[in-house]
Amino acid sequence: MGKISSVSEIRKHFPALEQQVNGKRLVYLDNGATAHKPHSVIDLINQMNSRTNGNIHRAVHELSAQTTALYEAARRDIQKYLNAAHPEEIIFTSGTTASINLVAYSFASKFLNRGDSILITEAEHHSNIVPWQMVCDMRGAELKVLPVDDSGNWILESLDKLLDNSVKLVAVSQISNVLGIINPIEAVITKAHSLGIPVLIDGAQGVVHTKVDLQKLDCDFYAFSGHKLYGPTGIGVLYGKKELLESMPPWMGGGDMVESVTLKKTTYAALPLKFEAGTPNFIGAAALGEAIRFMNQIDLAAVSIYEKEIVTFLIEELTKIEGVKIFGVSDKKIPLFSITAEGAYPSDIAMIMDKLGIALRSGFMCAEPLMQRFGAESMLRASFGMYNTMEEAQIFVEGLKRALKMLR
Amino acid sequence: MTIKEVEQEIVDEFSIFTEWMDKYEYLIELGKSLPIIGENAKQEGNLIKGCQSRVWLNAQISEGKLFFTADSDAIITKGIISLLVRVYSGRTPKEILESDIKFIEKIGLQDNLSPTRANGLLSMIRQIKYYAAAYS
Ligand SMILES: Cc1ncc(COP(=O)(O)O)c(C=O)c1O
Repeated sequence: MGKISSVSEIRKHFPALEQQVNGKRLVYLDNGATAHKPHSVIDLINQMNSRTNGNIHRAVHELSAQTTALYEAARRDIQKYLNAAHPEEIIFTSGTTASINLVAYSFASKFLNRGDSILITEAEHHSNIVPWQMVCDMRGAELKVLPVDDSGNWILESLDKLLDNSVKLVAVSQISNVLGIINPIEAVITKAHSLGIPVLIDGAQGVVHTKVDLQKLDCDFYAFSGHKLYGPTGIGVLYGKKELLESMPPWMGGGDMVESVTLKKTTYAALPLKFEAGTPNFIGAAALGEAIRFMNQIDLAAVSIYEKEIVTFLIEELTKIEGVKIFGVSDKKIPLFSITAEGAYPSDIAMIMDKLGIALRSGFMCAEPLMQRFGAESMLRASFGMYNTMEEAQIFVEGLKRALKMLR
Repeated sequence: MTIKEVEQEIVDEFSIFTEWMDKYEYLIELGKSLPIIGENAKQEGNLIKGCQSRVWLNAQISEGKLFFTADSDAIITKGIISLLVRVYSGRTPKEILESDIKFIEKIGLQDNLSPTRANGLLSMIRQIKYYAAAYS
């Protein structure tokens, strides 16, 4: 069967796109925050909530066997989609934030000591800043920051200086949620590995807009959320290389993550369960598996070409509007645009455009250090998903012009 | 006029707008005409920080009545602020503490009071009441 390659075909799978908001047809451009879900995902969630519900890995009864099968099938499908070497390298978490925290606490408790450091960049989401600050504080370690230039690109020349032998981990985003630039993570991974330093990739945005091949990429950890990848909320993944995960202590204790428990000593279960304490969000995990199966039906190369057309159109149109500044300039840009407009405050623009049915994001977008870097109090962001059309890009530009006219 | 009467006046003014855009146009106009508070009053102590926009609120008491000036980065927020100032400024602390304003909901702007909007308005109303309590 041929893959789905046209945006009009893709749209048909997403019921949320058919609704009206504030009396206008919804133009949903806040996919960077969360994406809508296709019918197949919604149907599986409904089916499991209404029928196939039994706690996984715990009982011999039929429903438990079925949910366990769905849960583990999701793990394998995610493994294949990302080309990880082993299914047990895929750990289910509640999302990117939880994945990063898991690494921060587990890895740091074993490998981070006084005088050590962790390297991030200036363009990280708070989720890839705060956990590292917390563990650095706890262990007397330092947080180092790779700066970005005025166009939002990493200043790779600084890497040599920053990567010394105090660095125990590099944690960087594949695509920033503010700048939308596909970062040169390959170069950073190669460089860090040449010094024996492991690398965590925050793939929250990256997994949505690029085809990830984990074995080729060779990163040590990769974190993402289901809800941005057309899957449900409350589920996400931490990928980690097997040997590394095996060497790390569990973070949370509880049921499912143990091999044997006595009140004197507990031995832990093998991967992946060692890191999946308690009843996981098994319906969410199964539904994320369904979202991955949906992604497998999509012609991602065709989507990527269409996205590039939207990017080109928006750069052209936005630069024509007086006083509009785009943050994140690169030829490797996804259709995610954070802007400021002279004489108009982002939340005002977003409020007006909301009444035109256009959903945008405004504020500092969980990246305050980056806002400070650019001297912006707040930005307006339009982020496109694979179901957004060129026509919607036009509606966005027209809506923006209208809002600016009212505000200026 | 009592607080209730000023509220009713605002509700009447807004009743002519059937389109959201007209409502916003009006708020923008109000926002633009709100006297900006002096830079000296735009200090850390008067700042109410929201995730969407910042709001500054300054209070002064004169002959037993509280007078407010305020500002915001965001003009629509500032428009709503100007309505709050119109309702609350020149009132006794007792009047303010006993009031339970409803006009924001009545003119359909209740979204702006939700904590998720985080535009500082909710905190501003709370702050006005704190001032009233402090001076009563
Ligand atoms: C780059 C990036 N990292 C991390 C996160 C956090 O994801 P979540 O809130 O799903 O844990 C986001 C979400 O906005 C993101 O865009």
